[in-house]
Amino acid sequence: MKPVKITDNIYWVGAVDWNLRNFHGYLTQRGSTYNAYLVIDDKITLIDTVKEGFTGEMLERIAGVIDPSKIDYIISNHSEMDHSGSLPEMLMRAPGAEIIASANGEKNLKEHFKWDCKVRAVKAGDTLNTGKYTFTFVPEPMVHWPDSMVTYLEAEKILFSNDAFGQHLATSERFDDEYSPDIIMEEARKYYANIVLPYSPQVQKALNDLSGLKIETIATSHGIIWRRNISRIIEAYKQWSSNEVQKKALIVYDTMWHSTEKMAETIAAAFSEQGYNYRILSLQQNHISDIMTELLEAEYICVGSPTLNNNMLPTVAAFLTYMRGLAPKGRKAMAFGSYGWGGQSVKQVHEILESCGYQMLESAGIKFRPDDEALKKIRESLIKAI
Amino acid sequence: MKKYVCSVCGYVYDPEKGIPEEGIAPGTAFEDLPDSFVCPVCGVGKEDFEPEA
Repeated sequence: MKPVKITDNIYWVGAVDWNLRNFHGYLTQRGSTYNAYLVIDDKITLIDTVKEGFTGEMLERIAGVIDPSKIDYIISNHSEMDHSGSLPEMLMRAPGAEIIASANGEKNLKEHFKWDCKVRAVKAGDTLNTGKYTFTFVPEPMVHWPDSMVTYLEAEKILFSNDAFGQHLATSERFDDEYSPDIIMEEARKYYANIVLPYSPQVQKALNDLSGLKIETIATSHGIIWRRNISRIIEAYKQWSSNEVQKKALIVYDTMWHSTEKMAETIAAAFSEQGYNYRILSLQQNHISDIMTELLEAEYICVGSPTLNNNMLPTVAAFLTYMRGLAPKGRKAMAFGSYGWGGQSVKQVHEILESCGYQMLESAGIKFRPDDEALKKIRESLIKAI
Repeated sequence: MKKYVCSVCGYVYDPEKGIPEEGIAPGTAFEDLPDSFVCPVCGVGKEDFEPEA
């Protein structure tokens, strides 16, 4: 496997994970990459590593440029295993290499790997000179872990952004001008909705920190490297991090005997009547990570569950748990569902949505099968409420 | 009233401002926050906060 040249002295030396489909619960239908970068100067720098199991692929690419034992510095922008997994082996291959990380990164790496080796902790604005190049470090806590950091190389106007602006996308193409821009943006959007969303205020701070930098290349840690559509992805991050919503409603549900499903269709009809775009998303057919992507700019989130053994269905509970963690803000919400006797699910769903701080519409619970009259009532009261 | 910093993620609790969206009124001292208080950014508890240097 060959390295890919970014500029005369900088190479992509990462690995492509063609078979990845589940990134701790996030459905990665297009696989992913773990991007590591090699910077050749008087001193040799490796920026991030790859997931354990892909170390050989990375080493082969590094060896296509230099002998890996000659690496002087390894910048660890983020200690999560998909970027730090190869660090122990790299330290064996390049025993003289010094690891550089944020203060939280230093703590994480030492705790995670049970290391007593030296890690140089850097703070905002600290630099590393490697000859003609000077790297500047900018910790960006909680984008998306406490240790997250980006590294800027002014001489080449490259931002090594780690997870920010990334996408789970396995390709042989490395740059955004070589691949469908719409697919890249779709995967960047899914990545934001499923990884970055809870930290939107920190993203806004990060965008502000970076606004003064001249950036011609954003070298992410997953997926495609941005060099043509930089303004498009930065504008998208501004929009996604603002929690701005559009006239769009999601109706997310599961059903046992099609009654809650009928209610979902009726609710969708009411939104349609009021000029809303809508999505009817069965939890039997849609993955929760795809639903989150749809939720990114939806004004309304309506969640329906029948009652099973005095509880909501486990699929609905899983979705709500996932959504509550990703914490989209400022939405309007509604609970609905059919039931045979207790009907506890509707109240449970309502309480969870309310705990997210959402403005709640009146819940709709229907005993047994909803008849035309009951559905008409839901539709009419909803049209008034929207 | 002293500001407190989350030692995990760097969030700063400012008692002058409180966190109205979490139901914590402006003027609430860190010491008066309930034991159930968690960092609004990273979720760790009060014990992980330190007075701002």
